[in-house]
Amino acid sequence: MRTLSTSKAIREALHEEMQRDENVIVVGEDLGKMGNPFGITLGFLDEFGPNRVIETPICESGFTGMAVGAAMRGVRPVVELMYVDFIGVAMDPVMNQAAKMRYMTGGQVNIPMVVRAPMGAGRRNAGQHSQCLETLFTNIPGLKVVAPSTAADAKGLLKASIRDEDPVIFLEHKLLYAAKGEIPEGEHIIPIGEADVKREGKDVTIITWSRQVFFALEAAKELEKDGIDVEVIDLRSLVPLDWETIKKSVSKTHNVVVVQEGNKRSGFAGEISSQIMEELFDELDSPVERVAGLNVVPPFSPPLEDAFFPNPNDIVKAVKKAVNFKL
Amino acid sequence: MSKKEYSKEMLLHMYEDMLRIRKFETKLTECFMKGMLAGNIHTCIGQEAAAVGASKALEKRDFIASTHRGHGHCIAKGAKTDKMMAELFGKVTGYCRGKGGSMHVADISLGILGANGIVGAGIPIATGSGLTSKIRNTDEVTLAFFGDSASNHGTFHESINMAAAWKLPVVYLCENNGYGVSVDINTVTNTDNIAVRAKAYDIPGKTVDGNDVLAVYEAVKEAVEYAREGNGPSIVECKTYRMRGHYEGDPAEYRSKEVTEEWKKKDPIDRFRTHLLTLGMEAEELDAIEEAMDKEIEAATEFATESPYPDASEVTLDVYASDNERSVIR
Repeated sequence: MRTLSTSKAIREALHEEMQRDENVIVVGEDLGKMGNPFGITLGFLDEFGPNRVIETPICESGFTGMAVGAAMRGVRPVVELMYVDFIGVAMDPVMNQAAKMRYMTGGQVNIPMVVRAPMGAGRRNAGQHSQCLETLFTNIPGLKVVAPSTAADAKGLLKASIRDEDPVIFLEHKLLYAAKGEIPEGEHIIPIGEADVKREGKDVTIITWSRQVFFALEAAKELEKDGIDVEVIDLRSLVPLDWETIKKSVSKTHNVVVVQEGNKRSGFAGEISSQIMEELFDELDSPVERVAGLNVVPPFSPPLEDAFFPNPNDIVKAVKKAVNFKL
Repeated sequence: MSKKEYSKEMLLHMYEDMLRIRKFETKLTECFMKGMLAGNIHTCIGQEAAAVGASKALEKRDFIASTHRGHGHCIAKGAKTDKMMAELFGKVTGYCRGKGGSMHVADISLGILGANGIVGAGIPIATGSGLTSKIRNTDEVTLAFFGDSASNHGTFHESINMAAAWKLPVVYLCENNGYGVSVDINTVTNTDNIAVRAKAYDIPGKTVDGNDVLAVYEAVKEAVEYAREGNGPSIVECKTYRMRGHYEGDPAEYRSKEVTEEWKKKDPIDRFRTHLLTLGMEAEELDAIEEAMDKEIEAATEFATESPYPDASEVTLDVYASDNERSVIR
């Protein structure tokens, strides 16, 4: 086992896949000499050349659409949006082109394309550089959506995403780039659609993904002091969803808290909550709780931003509410 | 029309393809009136010369990206009228098993990267196909069809800027029919011609009579050769006019009847027929082609009407290439 930061793990996955398959290219802003703002593609231009490291002008709509066209020809583009917030200017190629092309053509064509997008609050980047926008993507049929938490998961899932024949939205939390984790030696691939139980417990299930996995684990430690035994499921993939893992856990703990960083209204946590209530109602001892960001714009000022997204203490409170619920 | 000499075979083929498109779409208008067709039908009646002239300048291995008004482009690039008609009738025997309809006909094996329901969206897709040829060092050329209105879309600028910067083998073909749905292009754009924008990208740009199939062919041929030789993209603008409304059922009252009548006199098929007769071809020969096209379209319509609809169970198929069932259920 080696220890790598998440950004280095992502870099390693990209590097390995580019070495393995010459159809894999990277497309996006500042990928060349700068190696992207987080150093993900540092050195790629020298190694793979300008035909595979496509450093674009600042035109997310144009280069994302261009990647769709390349994917229709069998290229496997890994598009980078510098921040997921920029999807606002590149939504048509993702929503109306990449996601729909296979279905609309009656299965004639695949779009083996990955859109990597850093997301998340906590860097004081304010309203247009701090959002978690999973819900925009999970609502669109035809897209797969992946949001890993650990370095090893990021590496294994990115490799699987690049090899997948469908368009995959790969969401990387900016606050996790520096977090270090152990990486298995050799070929390391994690299939899309497999959740991971990051901590086993018997009293309550926390279902979450991305950075909130670590907050949930912190909360679980805190709750241990009160004798509450928490299970933490890291979904890792939102579409497709690993329902079997959810079902197994809920059938064991009978209490559920779903946690997401993005704002609460219409969020994916609500989707999970609905599915559990529709299909596992008899298993529940308490209503499914949601912990999520406030329905506001991510603010700049540190005390405001810290109040905007959920912290471990919010999770602790929600868990206590769930386990103390009485009819 | 052009003084250049072309083989009789090629000229007749152009004539045949223009008629094939005209007959196909005329049949669509009839079927639409009878309530046999669902959804929106955007015809290119009056614009056939652009589709055929441009496609004839391409090789089989080349690619096109098309638009919501794409029947002509697809037919000219080799799509079969029976499978197209079946698609428009929503039948399982159609190009997309009935899942795409009029605005989404595609056949990747013929180099048709799809018609497209979003104005301007085919332009970056064509650019990506051009990028593919460049990075693979292969010599296919990709041609993006789009209308005058799409030329005001951000994707036009973003794509051509990249294609010019990287010398991608793409021909940007603007069919300027004067209207974006109901809006006169002259009221939303400050230049008479779209092709003048080529100057801003330092690439070739040419405006031609879009109802003259040979003028279109010659301009596109030049642009295709320029691209294939590695010199990069060009813009070719075809000035034309759609004889019918934006879609079937649109009376197009936003346009003057006089102008429409003027354009009727410039019908690309009538003009080409006159040209072919001037070149010494026999009227009987041309009539025989027309009859053959009538028959082909009758047969295509019969094929479409007699074909089965997709089974309702197909609704969940092909959303994803892998893990489809699980991804569709949740």
